Amino acid sequence: MEGLSPEEWTAVRLSLKVAFAAMTASLIPGVAVAFLLERGRFWGRQALDVLVHLPLVLPPVVVGWFLLVGFGRRGPIGAFMEEYFGIVFSFRWTGAALACAIMGFPLLVRAIRLSIASVDRKLEDAAGTLGARPLWVFSVVTLPLILPGIIAGMVLSFAKAMGEFGATITFVSSIPGETQTIPSAIYAYTQVPGGDAGAMRLTLVSVAISIGALWLSEWLARRVRRRVHA
Amino acid sequence: MTILDVDVRHEQGSFALQARFQSDGRLTALFGPSGSGKTTIVNAIGGLLRPDHGRITVKGRTLVDTKKGVFVPKHRRRIGTVFQEGRLFPHLNVRHNLLFGRWFTPEGGRKASFDHVVDLLGIAHLLDRRPSTLSGGEKQRVAIGRALLADPQLLLMDEPLASLDEARKAEIFPYLERLRDEGGVPIVLVSHSVSEIARLATFVVVLSEGQVMASGPAAEVLRHTNVFAQAGLTEAGALIEARVCGHDDAYGLTVLEARAGALTVPRLRHPVGTRLRVRLRARDIMLSLKAPEGLSALNVLPGFISSVDEAEGTSVDVQLDCGGDSVVARVTRKSVDELGLKPGLPVHAIIKSIAFDPEVLGITQPENM
Repeated sequence: MEGLSPEEWTAVRLSLKVAFAAMTASLIPGVAVAFLLERGRFWGRQALDVLVHLPLVLPPVVVGWFLLVGFGRRGPIGAFMEEYFGIVFSFRWTGAALACAIMGFPLLVRAIRLSIASVDRKLEDAAGTLGARPLWVFSVVTLPLILPGIIAGMVLSFAKAMGEFGATITFVSSIPGETQTIPSAIYAYTQVPGGDAGAMRLTLVSVAISIGALWLSEWLARRVRRRVHA
Repeated sequence: MTILDVDVRHEQGSFALQARFQSDGRLTALFGPSGSGKTTIVNAIGGLLRPDHGRITVKGRTLVDTKKGVFVPKHRRRIGTVFQEGRLFPHLNVRHNLLFGRWFTPEGGRKASFDHVVDLLGIAHLLDRRPSTLSGGEKQRVAIGRALLADPQLLLMDEPLASLDEARKAEIFPYLERLRDEGGVPIVLVSHSVSEIARLATFVVVLSEGQVMASGPAAEVLRHTNVFAQAGLTEAGALIEARVCGHDDAYGLTVLEARAGALTVPRLRHPVGTRLRVRLRARDIMLSLKAPEGLSALNVLPGFISSVDEAEGTSVDVQLDCGGDSVVARVTRKSVDELGLKPGLPVHAIIKSIAFDPEVLGITQPENM
């Protein structure tokens, strides 16, 4: 079997870029929402919880359609973002990243939230009595203690983004070099006669990246756990 | 100067706390059974709990005053807390746990010396270890050091020994005594153990069901058995200061000298000249009108009856003045009538040597002072 064609390499690079952007962009909102849901006592907490989890249970194509309506060029949020920030989502790789970020968000939030729940709040009180103001308590006690959860969440978010298909193709279509990620490229191959070899090549790449990400996260988590708990 | 002035009311479910006391002691003990409100008071002083009503002043600084709407947050109180479970940060080694408070102390406010605290608590060999590898006693010593190095105005200790076995407690006691005598930071110790209090406290606040039953200098409060009975603790007795006078190795005995007279106790390891506190439990003391003869008990202290207090049931607590030391004996009401015990009467207090529990003997000051 010969190596990847230039077009296939483009799809692989694009997928990595989209997944990385989706993971990075959703990290801080993910930590914030996880804290709000786990620690917050406010009206509408249940509603926020449901909203965050919706992408997990809705058909991806429905999420894609919502994105198309809301973030498309003529959608209210899309128009606003273009006018004030010059960011365009529709039919761009940024739109693919947005779709992937939203689909992976519940996974990210759940992993971080679990680790926040396991933090002993008495340690935070102890830090307070030692003179640390709340923001410092968060950065030097809480954050290091939930780091394993954050890493787990980031890997889940990245893996989800690498595999996302439905919402992405609905929202930004499958434009080679712009929005055609590995899954859309594989799908495109299956639609043309003689595309089996290409589909197989991309599938193997996809499997390799997934295994690599899992291995990296395990390695990171072990290191952090040893630092935090040993 | 008043170190601690507390006047708070707080309700939590069915539990109501109404406590008011002032202390100027180097080591104030909050004493009482579980559920008496000790921890609630300590949490209110430390800022972990906001009392419903009241005022808390430490060394003249108002930390809480609900009338004026004052509530200083815990990170600005400069009050160190040593928790029952240590609460060391698991992701930091011992050195960084100790230095944690340093990061938040203004440069000018740093008085405690790292080396001195490490030396005082005997933890120099632990500095590079992780908290999870320490024993219970070591953890508590590190927790005390961590609190001290934040340069607190006051050190709160919420049953710091409760989770430790007797051997580990014995390991920590000397450090607490050194801390009290040379640490320079006033301490508030929560405890439900009479022997702990007898050994360490200079000022005692007795709590029961959210109320202050008694408060005052340790020697005074510990003498009043009835207070302890009401607090659900019958372990009452006198606290007197003594000095090691000599050892009798042939019989395995040590002679102590107190204002009340000489006391012979089982052999102690403390060198001659060491100052100790001795607790004489009320129920271990007999009274005699005449100087006894032909008696196996080695300790006979002459004195006068200063008062006769009702205790619970058939017993009566007879307060004695023995050469300036206060001693209390618990006797039956029948004995009081038969012997005609009344204030002013000269009597002899008789104590068996083996009644001295090594647990109640504490060093008040290090030998070299």
